[in-house]
Amino acid sequence: MHEKKQIHTEKGLTMANVLVITEHMKGEFQDISFEMLGQARKLAAGGSCSAIVYGSMKDHSSELGAADRVLSLGGSDDFNPEAYFSAALQVIQSESPDLVLVGSTSMGMDLAPVLGVSLDLPVISYCSGIENSGDSFEFKSQLYGGKMEVNSTAPKAVAMVLAGSFSADEGKSGGSASVEEVSADFGAGRVKFKELIEPEAADVDITQSDILVAVGRGIGNKDDIEVVQELAENLKADLACSRPIVDAGWLPKSCQVGKSGLKVNPKVYIALGISGAPEHLEGMKSSSTIIAINTDKNAPIFDVAHYGMTEDLFDICEELENSLS
Amino acid sequence: MKIAVLLKQVPDLAEELEVDDSGKALDTEYIKFRLNEYDEHALEEAVSLKEAGQASEVAAIALDGEEVDKALFTAMAKGADKAIKIIGAEAEGSRAVASLFAEAVGTEYDLIMTGVQSVDDREGMMGPMLSSMLKVPCVSVVTRVEGGDSSITVHKEYFGGLMSAFDVQMPAVLGIQAARQTPRYAPVSKVRQIQESASIEEISLNGVSDTVKSEVTSMAPPTKTGGAKMLGSVDELVELLKEKGVA
Repeated sequence: MHEKKQIHTEKGLTMANVLVITEHMKGEFQDISFEMLGQARKLAAGGSCSAIVYGSMKDHSSELGAADRVLSLGGSDDFNPEAYFSAALQVIQSESPDLVLVGSTSMGMDLAPVLGVSLDLPVISYCSGIENSGDSFEFKSQLYGGKMEVNSTAPKAVAMVLAGSFSADEGKSGGSASVEEVSADFGAGRVKFKELIEPEAADVDITQSDILVAVGRGIGNKDDIEVVQELAENLKADLACSRPIVDAGWLPKSCQVGKSGLKVNPKVYIALGISGAPEHLEGMKSSSTIIAINTDKNAPIFDVAHYGMTEDLFDICEELENSLS
Repeated sequence: MKIAVLLKQVPDLAEELEVDDSGKALDTEYIKFRLNEYDEHALEEAVSLKEAGQASEVAAIALDGEEVDKALFTAMAKGADKAIKIIGAEAEGSRAVASLFAEAVGTEYDLIMTGVQSVDDREGMMGPMLSSMLKVPCVSVVTRVEGGDSSITVHKEYFGGLMSAFDVQMPAVLGIQAARQTPRYAPVSKVRQIQESASIEEISLNGVSDTVKSEVTSMAPPTKTGGAKMLGSVDELVELLKEKGVA
């Protein structure tokens, strides 16, 4: 991965007020909350760094070490696109921060674009880097499935931050924030939360696997999944995949690695025909050894992989099969 | 229930992408365009709702552009009742595109479905922006839609297969992540047949002045970190696997 740029507190850096919308699930802050907060503190350059929390998460405010202020909006613990947006909008309107950080996540997608339109602020998606450059902010976005990096600048914005771009530890450390209860209106009730649906129990828990053979769009054909499955068996590995394979219905959700799937950390991760969109890399880049096989030499997967081959995955599967037997 | 499905053409990532002379945008001269893959899922889910008797009409709507007619005829071949093309307006960026779609759909539809995101939406996702302009609710990352009289039930996906179910009052916008089944394929012969028998409606709109923007300073492929050591042969790969305790 690319090195994160360091923010130097040199002259010309202007103090900024930065607000983070935290995310939680089942009573715990998601890592993205800490990652955004740590970066927010740097970007504030001595200005204020605030964190919005919902529901009972105010009781966990002490975990948000990097925040100066925790703004507790109340409301339900269960995420609701309309309600969480309405409440955040009011607070942001009254706080008028220079920069709002929202996760480039399922929840964030329901908040950031709508906030941008309502606040008349530009929205910057897929941010893997943000800097305070004095009179404005500079953003680095991963576009076109990570095949292009776009730098942009805006004096005020709502930025959507890719998970894993910043250090979570820095968001946890620091002083103790003051907790302020803010009364907020949770909207017109047009969206009603019904229930949380747990994932179906999986045969294999890939988050516990030592070796994963992961297959991506490069496979091209449902019937060919078997070829990869055989290889996985031969290598005593578990089978994983990227999102398009699950969306196509070729493998169950429990096999999916990445943003909307699972975060895995095996000793060896063998990526076959996976290009390496940011959403996928997020879920596997901390694997101890990553071996990528892809016909496209420019595939972003080769930037996080330790070893690579620009070969057809079927050729490799066949040759490996022969070599191993 | 009347459904509008909003379709957008995006660069095909299977092709090599290059930056133009400005250094700030893609060189579109040699780019191949294809339908945003999430939009294909939105169309599939909409057509499935109609087939399940939960929708009366599915309209496919797209902005004029590269290969748009083909995308719209294909949508009809897959089951959309009509196709509408927005002409006369240029739009760049999600917000501008959203405002054109907002004008085109107005209050005509109960449900507006589109792909949850696209590879080029640098300034926010189009669906939720559109919902804000239409002042209707939006749910993103939707994987299931069940129709009802005045409201629908949707599943929104978080991560690792964890989801929430919501009841959403219509009209509403949905950002579709995945349809209930793999998007269907329309044979070329059927698309050609539709092309001969059906026509695309056109809506003429004026352009939008999109003043709320960030300024792009540069675009480039990510700097290669040279992270991966390239292996020359399968023998080397086998050796490596053995070294790492695999095989």
